[in-house]
Amino acid sequence: MASTALEAPRGAPPGHATGEIIFRSACLAAATLLMAALAGVIVSLFIGGLPAFRQFGFGFLTSTTWNPVTEVYGAAGPIAGTLVTAFLSLAIALPLALGVSVFLVEFCPARISRPIAIAVELLAGIPSIVYGMWGLFVLAPWFAAHVQLPIAMHATPGGWVDKLFAGTPNGANIFTASLILAIMILPYMAAVFRELFMTVPPQVREAAYGLGCTPFEVIRAVVIPYVRRGMIGVVMLGLGRALGETMAVTFIIGNAHGFPHSLFDSGSTIASTVANEFAEATSDMHTSALIALGFVLFVITFVVLAIARLLLREEKH
Amino acid sequence: MKKLFFVGVGGLALATTAVGADISGAGATFPAPVYVKWAEAYKAQSGTGLNYQAIGSGGGIKQIKAKTVDFGASDKPLKPEELSASGLYQFPTVVGGIVPVMNLPGIKPGQVHLTGELLADIFLGKVTRWNAPEIAALNKGVPLPNLPITVVHRSDGSGTSFVFTTFLSMKNADWANKVGASDSVQWPTGLGGKGNDGVAAFVKQTAGSIGYVEYAYAKQNNATYALVQNKAGKWPLPTAPSFGAAAASANWLRSPGNYVMLLDQPAAAAWPISSTTFILVYREQGDAAKGAEVLKFFDWAYKKGDALAASLDYVPLPANVKTLLEKQWAKSVMADGKPVFVAK
Repeated sequence: MASTALEAPRGAPPGHATGEIIFRSACLAAATLLMAALAGVIVSLFIGGLPAFRQFGFGFLTSTTWNPVTEVYGAAGPIAGTLVTAFLSLAIALPLALGVSVFLVEFCPARISRPIAIAVELLAGIPSIVYGMWGLFVLAPWFAAHVQLPIAMHATPGGWVDKLFAGTPNGANIFTASLILAIMILPYMAAVFRELFMTVPPQVREAAYGLGCTPFEVIRAVVIPYVRRGMIGVVMLGLGRALGETMAVTFIIGNAHGFPHSLFDSGSTIASTVANEFAEATSDMHTSALIALGFVLFVITFVVLAIARLLLREEKH
Repeated sequence: MKKLFFVGVGGLALATTAVGADISGAGATFPAPVYVKWAEAYKAQSGTGLNYQAIGSGGGIKQIKAKTVDFGASDKPLKPEELSASGLYQFPTVVGGIVPVMNLPGIKPGQVHLTGELLADIFLGKVTRWNAPEIAALNKGVPLPNLPITVVHRSDGSGTSFVFTTFLSMKNADWANKVGASDSVQWPTGLGGKGNDGVAAFVKQTAGSIGYVEYAYAKQNNATYALVQNKAGKWPLPTAPSFGAAAASANWLRSPGNYVMLLDQPAAAAWPISSTTFILVYREQGDAAKGAEVLKFFDWAYKKGDALAASLDYVPLPANVKTLLEKQWAKSVMADGKPVFVAK
């Protein structure tokens, strides 16, 4: 929390003091408001989820039973689905976003660089429900016919390929959900990467070229180190989005509550489970379990961002 | 805490209501198209508008309990004891049916015959191939493919799932013990699609799949449906007359709180997985005029709305059931000891 003493900055001409104090107070108020809202969300989620946490204890995180009829809830399946889809989508989107932004900054003729950049940013403007629909009606059938079936046909039964890619060949699974997520977070990452690369002073870059570096070496040894901290921030933003994305995932992940056993197995995420069941949850325990899920997602996101901060700290050299 | 969430949702629903004597309702998605159509026609005639929010049956029950709407709508009837505890009264509006739809190459709609018990075994994951002896025994001469069965169910909590799982529980003890009936259950196998259209899409995309959707979706998608044996041992087609037959043969007179499930009705022509959808209003209306407006709207729908309902593939209630219900209103929905609306 920011707790700065409110005083006029040293060396400011008299008469400016009042304005400065107002400005600082406004900033402090904004920060306080944000923190209060955040605390409010955490506390209300925790209180709402308390009955479920009391009832199921630690088992809420480790059990895969999610049974609204007998009122037994365990969130291991959705938690696993959330983590797997988020990191998998990041693994797909990160190299693509890097490639796109490096191309736009380094190799692309200036005339067409701008239109391509705008096109990439347009991807970010598509509502998630549209991604979900597209995933369900276009990507899933195509994926089933051209990827899943061939793999299933050629895999040795019981082999590791068979185990890793087992699943109903209809394209509604963890992997296709991750693909959709990757497409959704890519434009954000690519756009910010591009802006970051533009901040590298041209002198630095030209000096490297002057020393005889190839474009690849310039990117690797000059540009990326220069903007590394910013890049980690961007990756975390992308990951945060992937963790919380709801609608698109709900459409295509297959919504099976159990623990996913393979890449092509149907699963569920925390966000998709809450979206699917919250409106229809009539019993108190069911509602509480869903709010508890929301709290768990909050904790997961917080831990991920905290790890990112640690990474940033270690990057100082 | 919980209240807060729902009042928030209800507040949203209310905020969009126009000023004037308009009425507001929220709940089941299944009858939403017909309620919206009725509302348009009714507004043109009477000037009274209806704002209906299709937020799901569970949401409708919550909203009426929180009193954020004038009526709730649910595909799932409330049990008499729950009605009296909350001071609510429920009555049905239209009838529909739930149809098992499949994706089987070379099979025509209505070619595959199933019993309720076998349907439950399939959804339990006990029968895993289409050419299994259990299915073949009922379908002599039908070219059943050698395909694994993929079960597709609803991922979102839904009244449709409640009706379907109640039917499976009635027909199969194993299902009743292991899974039970609710608007969302722990499905033993298969994958979930969001909404009727999600289920229909997955079934369309997966060879060897079986799912369940509202009749209107099956009809509009020209889906391959399976026939399900009814209580009389017959295999009627899933069409409007079969749902009507189920509604006509249900015992409305002796059902406290109108708790009527149209499942497995005895008539020879009755489709076994028929269902009706309900409206929930308070027995004691705080605002007599508002309560009267709600009942006036449904009175109009009962008398003038059948053609509109049929055009959207819903089945109107039998005439004698409507008369019975309108008599009930005069005794059930009151304000200051007087009925708010007496149907003519």
